[in-house]
Amino acid sequence: MFGTVTLELIKGLWTTVQIFILTLIFSLPLGLVLGVGSAGKWKILKRVIQVFVWIIRGTPLMLQLIIIFYGPGLWLGHNIWSGNESGRITATVVAFVINYACYFSVIFRGGIEGVPAGQREAGQVLGMTKSQIFFQITLLQMVKRVVPPMSNEIITLVKDTSLARIIAAYELTFAGFSFMKSAGITWPLFYTGVFYLAFIGILTLLFNYIEKKLDYFR
Amino acid sequence: MAILEVKNIGKHFGSTEVLKDVSFSLEEGNALAIIGSSGSGKTTLLRCLNFLEKPSQGEILVKGNAVFDASRPVKMSERELRRKRLHFGLVFQAFHLFPQYTALENVTLAEKLLAQEREDFKSNKKQIMEEILEHGNALLAQMGLADRATHYPHQLSGGQQQRVAIARALALKPDILCFDEPTSALDPELTGEVLKVIRSLAEQKTTMIIVTHEMAFARDVADQIIFMDEGYIVEQGDAKQVIDNPKEERTRQFLSRYSQG
Repeated sequence: MFGTVTLELIKGLWTTVQIFILTLIFSLPLGLVLGVGSAGKWKILKRVIQVFVWIIRGTPLMLQLIIIFYGPGLWLGHNIWSGNESGRITATVVAFVINYACYFSVIFRGGIEGVPAGQREAGQVLGMTKSQIFFQITLLQMVKRVVPPMSNEIITLVKDTSLARIIAAYELTFAGFSFMKSAGITWPLFYTGVFYLAFIGILTLLFNYIEKKLDYFR
Repeated sequence: MAILEVKNIGKHFGSTEVLKDVSFSLEEGNALAIIGSSGSGKTTLLRCLNFLEKPSQGEILVKGNAVFDASRPVKMSERELRRKRLHFGLVFQAFHLFPQYTALENVTLAEKLLAQEREDFKSNKKQIMEEILEHGNALLAQMGLADRATHYPHQLSGGQQQRVAIARALALKPDILCFDEPTSALDPELTGEVLKVIRSLAEQKTTMIIVTHEMAFARDVADQIIFMDEGYIVEQGDAKQVIDNPKEERTRQFLSRYSQG
């Protein structure tokens, strides 16, 4: 039994890991773009981003996931997500990317605004272009500032992947839960918890490493 | 001919006028000190010269060429603006060194980035980079910081940081080097080392504008002094004369407040 449960949980973990990694790959750059936009001078763009972030942060991720997965089928008459597991994962990733990009954008904005104006001015009087100032001066200082709040969000993301169960994606929590339904046993639920703990333990080590790496300057 | 001519510069933020009809000129190789109480517009004037603020009125000429003219507003490309900026260097009150770079990297960064635009950069990359590093090391040595090249800003004292900032500003060989209260953020025992460096630059005939509260230093090092109050130039002239025998009553009052401490 232990072997069977382990195999099923690993299967679920694979889906969880896919959602996690794909979400990060797309939401980090998107969040950075939104963050730069909302820290910039362009008022209309700032407003648009503000409203968008308000809507996304103001409604449950589970609700967004349901709308994104079922909505297109009901509005268009045919489902845009394929009916198999990969379709469910794709829909989940789309919903998560939008959601997490909004949270990340606020963190990035704080990071950008936390870099003293004098840093940019020092770059300007040295004849640097806007993009040189951003990439050579601001970016790394911002990254250093955002690592602690970012690690919080990323750890939350690991656990939020369990929401994909609502559209029947076979992720880790779903896998653990299935044994309770089929065999009436609860210990796989605790075993599932161990998987999450290990996953987040590895991430915590990684974040500590990054923080240490960036410790060489203040 | 004067290397810098400032004609009738005015600047307002909303309805607050911070600079009113400011005009002066500076000869090559001369040092100009600007004194005055806080809020008198000294820093804004420096920021205008360095294109960190845009004057509302007036004209700025470097070597006879207009780099700014409020009566003829032109949309400048980023490239043009940068070229004009490079006539000036600015040393900030709070240093503003880049914390993630070593002292040497702080000094050489801008020069490296500019070199990338040279046509021969790709073919001569190695040699160009070596020259830039050599130049950076020479500047640090000139500041008495040869042994601090690989230190990060937070590992340096305030006085050392400000000297790195001076080396950084010198790296691009500006025509006019500006200092915005370069010692005001330093502990009293550290001001001496920075003033010494500025003094030696003056001895080498570096063209400089120094906003300062160090009256004795201004009298000794500067050729000219401008006293500003409420956005106006109240008095300008020979440095020793302005400090020792001010013509204007307001200058006298300001100086007496200073000598009393």
